Amino acid sequence: MSEATTNRRHPTPRDYWMIAGILFVITAVEVIVTYIDALDDVLAPILIVLSAAKFFLVVAWFMHLRFEAKRYRRLFLIGLVSAPILFGVVLLTFGVLIVD
Amino acid sequence: MAADTVTTTEGHHPDPDVMRKTAMWAFLGSEVLFFGSLITTFLLYRTRIGDGPGPADIFDVPFTSISSFVLLMSSLTMVLAHHAAGRRDWRRMRVWLVATSLLGIVFLSGQAFEFTEFVHEGLTVSTSPFGSSFYLLTSFHGAHVAIGVLMLLATALMSWAGKLRPGEGMNVEAVGLYWHFVDIVWIVIFTVVYLLQV
Repeated sequence: MSEATTNRRHPTPRDYWMIAGILFVITAVEVIVTYIDALDDVLAPILIVLSAAKFFLVVAWFMHLRFEAKRYRRLFLIGLVSAPILFGVVLLTFGVLIVD
Repeated sequence: MAADTVTTTEGHHPDPDVMRKTAMWAFLGSEVLFFGSLITTFLLYRTRIGDGPGPADIFDVPFTSISSFVLLMSSLTMVLAHHAAGRRDWRRMRVWLVATSLLGIVFLSGQAFEFTEFVHEGLTVSTSPFGSSFYLLTSFHGAHVAIGVLMLLATALMSWAGKLRPGEGMNVEAVGLYWHFVDIVWIVIFTVVYLLQV
């Protein structure tokens, strides 16, 4: 490839299977915590953190963004950063939070 | 973006692969905003259930968890297809592409089953603002998955027909980026729409 990429070691199929295993565990934990009544008060932050972890694992490893040239990261981050800001403002304008 | 940021070291002509990849990332960035608007609409209307059922009445989290896991695993098979393409192992690439499309079809079948159940339980697109925004969001995601399945099968068929030449590995990468994006959108939908509402 003619473009500049990072110097990180590129992942192998073994790495991909390991990431898939981690994604499986996180998904299982998400479902389990949903059924634990004692965690009701902190359920939203827990689920958001777990979901964000899955999101970034897929983006970084499966979409290879951690190994890509900076311009791709910037392009994607424009949407990724502006969307929560834009729609967060919309939701706050209407007085709506993700969970009541 | 300045034109010189996408030139090769050999000359000043833009590298078509870099151009395509840049376009795909820009497209995915815009898709974040598109799905962001649909998710926001759902959040605005999720409590307006009218006389119809609400999220806690109809969502079957264990079932949707399995669907989510199927889609997550399709990202694994997709990245393995991409890896095989990088090694020019075309036979294995086709196997993983077909596996990915099959997992996508399983996910879509699960979504069709889920929608049918919801309709039987009284939630249609016109039941309430919650129903409208829920079906709008999940249907658009389903449509993206369906398009992804077609792209995967088309890529596998092109390879079988010998129309995917060694220098066109970017095609597999572009399809892969799209497919992984569909997966990460579902990660957000599963959490915000299903888990946080039950």
